[in-house]
Amino acid sequence: MECVFGLVGDGFALVAADTSAVHSILVHKSNEDKVMLLDSHKLLGASGEAGDRAQFTEYIQKNVHLYEFRNGIPLTTAAVANFTRGELAVALRKNPYFVNILLAGYDKDVGPSLYYIDYIATLHKVDKGAFGYGSYFALSMMDRHYHSRMSLEEAINLVDKCIMEIRSRLVVAPPNFVIKIVDKDGAREYAWRESIKDAEVSAA
Amino acid sequence: MLPWQIFEYNGSALVAMVGKNCFAIASDRRLGVNLQTVATDFQRIFKIHDKLYVGLSGLATDAQTLYQRLIFRHKLYQLREERDIKPETFASLVSALLYEKRFGPYFCQPVIAGLGDDDVPFICTMDCIGAKELAKDFVVSGTASESLYGVCESMYKPNMDPEEQFETISQALLSSVDRDCLSGWGGHVLLVTPSEVQERTLKGRMD
Repeated sequence: MECVFGLVGDGFALVAADTSAVHSILVHKSNEDKVMLLDSHKLLGASGEAGDRAQFTEYIQKNVHLYEFRNGIPLTTAAVANFTRGELAVALRKNPYFVNILLAGYDKDVGPSLYYIDYIATLHKVDKGAFGYGSYFALSMMDRHYHSRMSLEEAINLVDKCIMEIRSRLVVAPPNFVIKIVDKDGAREYAWRESIKDAEVSAA
Repeated sequence: MLPWQIFEYNGSALVAMVGKNCFAIASDRRLGVNLQTVATDFQRIFKIHDKLYVGLSGLATDAQTLYQRLIFRHKLYQLREERDIKPETFASLVSALLYEKRFGPYFCQPVIAGLGDDDVPFICTMDCIGAKELAKDFVVSGTASESLYGVCESMYKPNMDPEEQFETISQALLSSVDRDCLSGWGGHVLLVTPSEVQERTLKGRMD
């Protein structure tokens, strides 16, 4: 099952997600990127129903871009979080999206922030959060080792501890993870943690 | 999610009490998803204006949506009436908003507490479809409501002054949430008198 987790450190926020695309017992691909770059300083890690995930996150990304084009300035992380919650809340009683979201962003005045948004549109600003079966392991590891204002090295260490725990203790553990960070210099991919590489496809 | 489990999905505890020219409203701080605790600093009590507070228990997403709608309605009311809304009127507004969704309700049980005309304290609670329950002493709501009823009934005295009121409501909240696995992780108490508002965070059993 899909795992997404994230935390806030000293001047940065990071989101890690597994990279398997699964249907029933079949793994379609193991390098599916589930953490989307919303704009220069925001990351959206999403888990849940595959079609909803891809469609809803792209919808949020395009609306964030549209706001920036129309108004000349980007949205704040809090504004994007509330917009996302609003879209999920409106859809909830019509045609719900089954997508759980961790939104990480960096604003000049506020610094780094992380928002936990449930698929039923529960919004909460958090220092650490996780979704999926992996959350049982990731949250416990973070409860033990997390402290506020962690350095990047300490935070990546903690993320690796969480990944190790998920790999060793979850029966259908996803093999590969992607880690992305956002800080004052922007949102970017930090690293992959792969234990299975996709087979090379020979040219026809 | 089965219909009768939806009120227990996030977990909550709310209580409001009337004192001598003051009222106190308190909530727990846990935000959970069934058995997992997601946050321990979740806010359930919201300010409508200086002398009116509303606490929303039940499903957190509906509490947030309902709070946004209530703030919107009060801002409109302020623009039209050029004054703050009275607690009794606000209670009727909440009741009407909830009954509008009679056949697809917000899964919330509000607790409303305010100082009305001449600073007379007013408290009330209602169910998820807006059935008002006015009380002269205390009102409770949330997953810990049964424990809260018991503790409040034994600890409550009429006409308590603010300090005693604060002590009573804090002890009532903490001992009730200790018997409920879905609420707790501390408490948040607001004590409102005609001249000031005291906001305090309680540390209880963090489990």
